[in-house]
Amino acid sequence: MIDRKPRWTNWTIGLAVGLGSALLFCLSLAVGADDLVFARLFDDPATVQLFLASRLPRTLAAMLTGAGLAIAGLIMQTLARNRFVEPATAGTAQSAALGILIATLLFPAATLATKTLIASVAALTGTSVFLMTAHRLPPTQPYLVPLFGLVYGGVIGAIVTFVGWQADLLQFLDIWTSGEFSGVVRGRYELLWGAAAMIVLAWWVADRLTVVSLGREISVGLGLSYQRTLQLGLVIVSVIAALTVVIVGIIPFVGLVVPNVVSRIMGDNLRGTIPWVAGCGAFLVLGCDLLGRLLRYPYEIPVATVMGVVGGLLFLRLMFMRSAHG
Amino acid sequence: MILIENVSLSYRDVPILRGIDLALPKGGITALVGPNGAGKSSLLSLVARLQPLQTGCISVDGMPVDTTPSRTLAQRLAILRQDGIVASRLTVRELIGFGRFPHHQGRPGALDLALVDAALDQFDLAALSDRFIDTLSGGQRQRALVAMTFCQGTDYLLLDEPLNNLDMFHARQLMRSLRRIADEAARTAIIVLHDINQAAAYADRIVAMRDGRVIVDGPPAAVLTEENMEAVFGYRIRIEQIAGKPFLMHHL
Repeated sequence: MIDRKPRWTNWTIGLAVGLGSALLFCLSLAVGADDLVFARLFDDPATVQLFLASRLPRTLAAMLTGAGLAIAGLIMQTLARNRFVEPATAGTAQSAALGILIATLLFPAATLATKTLIASVAALTGTSVFLMTAHRLPPTQPYLVPLFGLVYGGVIGAIVTFVGWQADLLQFLDIWTSGEFSGVVRGRYELLWGAAAMIVLAWWVADRLTVVSLGREISVGLGLSYQRTLQLGLVIVSVIAALTVVIVGIIPFVGLVVPNVVSRIMGDNLRGTIPWVAGCGAFLVLGCDLLGRLLRYPYEIPVATVMGVVGGLLFLRLMFMRSAHG
Repeated sequence: MILIENVSLSYRDVPILRGIDLALPKGGITALVGPNGAGKSSLLSLVARLQPLQTGCISVDGMPVDTTPSRTLAQRLAILRQDGIVASRLTVRELIGFGRFPHHQGRPGALDLALVDAALDQFDLAALSDRFIDTLSGGQRQRALVAMTFCQGTDYLLLDEPLNNLDMFHARQLMRSLRRIADEAARTAIIVLHDINQAAAYADRIVAMRDGRVIVDGPPAAVLTEENMEAVFGYRIRIEQIAGKPFLMHHL
């Protein structure tokens, strides 16, 4: 456990993440079933077409999704005052999937934006119920909250599967729930910029969110409107979760691992950590997507599968580091 | 002035406070003493609008605590709760800085930063300023929380057992700091104390409570008599005069 805030972190980590991301960004633009040669971007229309219609959207989508999910995890942990919850495991993503399912059943002709809106409302409802219950659990038992989240998310997931099965939509369900970027092309990812807007909003209200993490009594003592800030945080989490589920599907662990690593090194003052959480989330998801594209080249492994392995290992490492240092 | 009128409180039909009437004028230190479960902490949290009033009314400088905007109150009144569990990994400096939140809403100015530095020095925390609070000892963390409450810079300070976990040196230092801001800056401290001899030495007024009622209320010399203490704590305590202050031999 790092006990002192290191003074070198800001620029060293920033430089490492920045350089790493730039490298991954270029690699991600270059790698795919068709070869893309950067030099031909200037004279070959087909290369330009490939670049603008597929590679660039896919790369941007991966980075936006990663940044968004990491921030959603960070805020959810702040609101629940528990480090082991994230949207993918505590019912938010499952509620969003339920929302898409309902939208598909009731309004089959709905646009992506409408589906996202309905999914957001469903995610907001599901997460509010989770948070209300989480705040009632005894704070002396921190593992009850993620445990309850897993059960709760599992129950909603089961409802989604049942309804999907009854409506003969299981194949579609599979697309929404297992996150992958192979379907991302120009015109089918732009809504994800909404996640970027949510990150900016989170950064704008970062101090209020940090105060909320100190608990209700300190928040009220400092004159903060505790309920309103909770609600604002819930909206940010739900919109990000809904956007990513609608467009790429559920990706586990990003929201869990990234905020924990950043908190370990830089602490929980969100004004300072939000840019790094977003950056590291983007880096991690883009890296995992790239790995999924390279491992069985020219075939692909979905990013959710790769992230399940990489994120799971990272999480185990975090847990063991925690117990080794008390 | 803090005005408490006819305030009662109960949880699930168990009475916690029964018809409390208190007027606490501006300036000076008031100590709330009494056995466990007397209602001292509940009274403080009602004054600090941490829980809703059930009956009666409370006002701070004429502002009713239940209808005044929370931020306006936060610039007049700060509270330190006794179970100050902070799970966030903030540094000592960041935590104390959040004491200024009611004044700057997240955009600290030069004055805010200067006040944080002053609080770090005042509570012996300068060497710990970059440490994460989850890595501090209980007493160090308590000092950081007290410094945060001081830093809020309010006319009224409500402190619920601020001496918890503090060693003798830092307990004395905190009481002297309170005395100084009461004397020099005419600020008001209302403080729940279990160490009654600290109350005897530093408070201007002692309010002794039991079973949700105020039993006696007045200057230390008048309150700290053997009869009063037996009525409040339920056993006979020998009281000596030492260095001109009443000294309760409560441990014998």
